[in-house]
Amino acid sequence: MSERFITPDSDPALLKKLQITEEMKRDMVLQVQHVSGGYYKRALMKKNRTYKEVIHDVSFEIRRGEILGLVGESGTGKTTLAKMLLGMMEPEEGRIIHYTRRPQVVFQDPYTSLNPAYDVEWNIEEPLRIFGKYSEKERKERVREMLRRVELTEDHLKAMPDELSGGQRQRVSIAAALIRRPRLVIADEPVSALDVTIQAQILKLLRELRAELDLSYLFVSHDLNVVYQLCDSVMVMKRGRIVEQGPVEEVFEHPKEAYTKQLLEAN
Amino acid sequence: MKGLFARFFRNKDTSSDGGDARGYLIVGLILFGLFLLMAVVGLFYTPHSHTAMNAAAKFQPPSLTHPFGTDNFGRDIFSRVMKGSSTTLIIAVATVAIGAAAGTLIGALTGYFGGIVDDILMRVGDALTAFPSLLMALVIIGIVGPGKYNVVLALGIVFIPSFARIMRTAYASLRYVNYITSARLMGATNGRILFRHMLPNTMHVLLPAVTIGFNNAVLAEASMSFLGIGVTPPDASLGYMLSEAQSMLVRAPWYALCTGMVIVLLVFGVGLIGEGLQRSGREVG
Repeated sequence: MSERFITPDSDPALLKKLQITEEMKRDMVLQVQHVSGGYYKRALMKKNRTYKEVIHDVSFEIRRGEILGLVGESGTGKTTLAKMLLGMMEPEEGRIIHYTRRPQVVFQDPYTSLNPAYDVEWNIEEPLRIFGKYSEKERKERVREMLRRVELTEDHLKAMPDELSGGQRQRVSIAAALIRRPRLVIADEPVSALDVTIQAQILKLLRELRAELDLSYLFVSHDLNVVYQLCDSVMVMKRGRIVEQGPVEEVFEHPKEAYTKQLLEAN
Repeated sequence: MKGLFARFFRNKDTSSDGGDARGYLIVGLILFGLFLLMAVVGLFYTPHSHTAMNAAAKFQPPSLTHPFGTDNFGRDIFSRVMKGSSTTLIIAVATVAIGAAAGTLIGALTGYFGGIVDDILMRVGDALTAFPSLLMALVIIGIVGPGKYNVVLALGIVFIPSFARIMRTAYASLRYVNYITSARLMGATNGRILFRHMLPNTMHVLLPAVTIGFNNAVLAEASMSFLGIGVTPPDASLGYMLSEAQSMLVRAPWYALCTGMVIVLLVFGVGLIGEGLQRSGREVG
């Protein structure tokens, strides 16, 4: 683990150096401090490769139980930021501090987020099998419990993903993401591939699960309506920078930045 | 393995296209099943001894006692075809097994990890496929000598690059799919990702390739044995028997006809299975 990506499992000396107080551990889920990052273009020689920065000096935090929305047009670096938070990409500068277990992710496209070769039960159970600390019986029990929480029935256990609707698939994806009891869920446009009524159901489900399972979300979306319905606070991203952030009502009703106004009008 | 074949044989009401695929599969499986029956029974039992000579019954045309007739030594051709079928089957299956297993492993590693190893292995593969495959096999046989197991070795090696190439493509296309990204994020080991998460999703490519490879193996073995660089007596494969039949084409045409027909029906049947698998694979995804 690097010094830029801190988890509770990081080197204790390092954690001490960061002066993390008990209070912070209790209240915080994630802190992002002055993070910049981007992509290297591969070249024959390492010194010849070119670097393109996508994220510029981004800072924010997510408190326990908070739903933070991240909005911005496509190509603005939302997904890149999500990748960095998940540890799939290393920040070039700054620091990401996770106060809880590994965050889990729910993807936009429910058609590619489940392994089509296996049934629903296998797909939900797999994260537990990988974790390896539970007996077969415990795993099956937890799968059934999670299935109830996402409002599916045991009839769905043996269904193959291609027999389910988009909304049902997204429920299964959510169950698979939550089965290891993460505290933070990064949701990358989780409802934008669904039609409006199904969207509303999934949003309601996400809200209920937050209360039941003590979750926080980073909710990435380009749909301001959805963000307004679901999120507590919001940040607006433009070309890799956070241009405005604050409580959802404040930002949406009294936008300060021209860009935010533009986004609001476009929706 | 659960899930491995699920997508092909699942009960599912589909469009007319689905029935189409099933038709191919059924006819193909019947033809292949008959061959398999003959070959497997041939391992333990033949109506006559496949080597017993009978001077009184030379060059007999097909009859009830000798359904495929007899050859110049009075040996029962049907019994010889049964024995030959088992030899051919064993060689083809072993060859494809070597090619598919090694090819899948190489394809999985190169397709998933990419990088310099990928570049090197694929160029080596290109170089190997640049030779006609029979010629490649000839070279290997030239080094290790003829015989049943050496034919398997030679053809197996020759078949690796084509399997590696298609499996590489299949794996590369799955590399950034969401469920694979998820598995990686959950901390799944590379082995688990490659073989539990990805392999079942390459079956729509691998299974048709196996059937095509099987047919190529049957034909390649037949050509090699026909040319006298394949199996050696006392083993007799269908190809070896064809080269025997050639010398008595006029006095005993049934020898060549019956033997050839078995090869043709086998290749046709397996080809149908491959086509059926390909169609049903396309349908599911």
